[in-house]
Amino acid sequence: MEPIVQYKEIHKSFGDTHVLKGINLDIRPTEKIAIIGPSGSGKTTIIRLLMTLEEPTDGDIYVAGENLWKMDVKGKKKTANEKHLRSVRKDIGMVFQHFNLFPHKTILDNCVTPLVQVKKMKKDEAVDLSKQMLDRVGLSDKYEAYPSNLSGGQKQRVAMARALVMKPKIMLFDEVTSALDPELVGEVLQVIRDLAEHDEMAMILVTHEMDFALEIADRVLFLDDGVIAESGTADEVINKSDNPRLQEFLKRFRKEEV
Amino acid sequence: MFSSGVNILEYLSQGAWTTISIFLVSTLLAFIMAFVAGLSRLVKNPLIRGFTTIYVEIFRGTSLIVQLFWLYYAVPMLFNINLGSNWWVGVIAIALNYGAYMSEVVRSSILSIDKGQTEAGIALNLSRFQRMRYIILPQALRLMLPEFGNYSIQILKGTALVSLIGLTDILYYGDIYRSSNLSEGPMAYMMVLIMYFIIALPLIWLSKKGEKISRRGVAS
Repeated sequence: MEPIVQYKEIHKSFGDTHVLKGINLDIRPTEKIAIIGPSGSGKTTIIRLLMTLEEPTDGDIYVAGENLWKMDVKGKKKTANEKHLRSVRKDIGMVFQHFNLFPHKTILDNCVTPLVQVKKMKKDEAVDLSKQMLDRVGLSDKYEAYPSNLSGGQKQRVAMARALVMKPKIMLFDEVTSALDPELVGEVLQVIRDLAEHDEMAMILVTHEMDFALEIADRVLFLDDGVIAESGTADEVINKSDNPRLQEFLKRFRKEEV
Repeated sequence: MFSSGVNILEYLSQGAWTTISIFLVSTLLAFIMAFVAGLSRLVKNPLIRGFTTIYVEIFRGTSLIVQLFWLYYAVPMLFNINLGSNWWVGVIAIALNYGAYMSEVVRSSILSIDKGQTEAGIALNLSRFQRMRYIILPQALRLMLPEFGNYSIQILKGTALVSLIGLTDILYYGDIYRSSNLSEGPMAYMMVLIMYFIIALPLIWLSKKGEKISRRGVAS
């Protein structure tokens, strides 16, 4: 199967800090990938590059065969403009650590606005689809509520519904439970679990929920010091790897959990 | 004493329409300038940004009364540009001056909206324009309201300067009244103050209202 996303020799620096040092990664269309690793290892940066929130310093990213950050102008490679970026990223959706809901819009309008503006969908169709999706994440009684009236877990479920109505082929999850109170983490993970089981899309999760990542991921990447240090099934990475940095990371992690 | 006060008010009211009309039109133009300049300072094009920055800094950095005299006396002579009546000169000077100040309110309000809002907009594939129009501006506008209220009160008070280029506003009639009734000078100026205050009352009320709306709009 052709990969839906390809990273080729991707580097990213912020000023003098070299965060990603040559990432190579192919993602299959329905693959669920979990990225784990110490903080500051560049996990979040990997998916932010794909969402076009950051520009790579070097290297290429392909989405469905299209070069994301470069476009052809009369046979020459040029930095992508807004139009090119919009056409390539249309199949990518993202959920953020801090939800980033639109506070001036109701829950329903948070979902309806992008459908009407970006997908040019008719208002009533957009409303129907949005309600369906909000029902799916368990918020059918909150259509007219504003984000400020919701709990963190509810906000994050709205954020997922909002990303899902756009029917992305690739969904990115950026530490989506890190800002939640511990008792609200479960309801958000349940939605992701449901997506992983029933939806065809590719998913990339950057997460600290180690057990959850291992449970749903087809492949686990251990990112360390800007490179993919280990890659394989959950079992291979967690139980069979003898990478000392990974062992240390897991040990520290288990300690924190207890 | 009381009847003289009422008489003076009646006399001053001849200038009320000049004051109010200058206030209304220059405030409207100042708002437009504020948005044009405020947004221009946020675009990528360095030429537009540089040009706007020069405008803003010049008009913020010099006094309104000097600008008024420039537009009224100097510009017509130097560039052979006639801005029409002195009413228009007054309106344009005030609009340019306060537009420059208020453009900073527009700019800083837009910049103060959380970066996550823009990122969510990008993740939903909204265009740059759509993000500004549907996500950033509606939130930024609420932040601007209280400041806009304050500035509109300041513009009203600023209109008193136009009497210096021969416009017959409230202050102008106050001066005339005093010069023909010297003993009533203090009373005349007292009434001028009261008249400005009465006109300002609805503005004060409006800016309080703006603050309330603004407070409601924050927190996600």
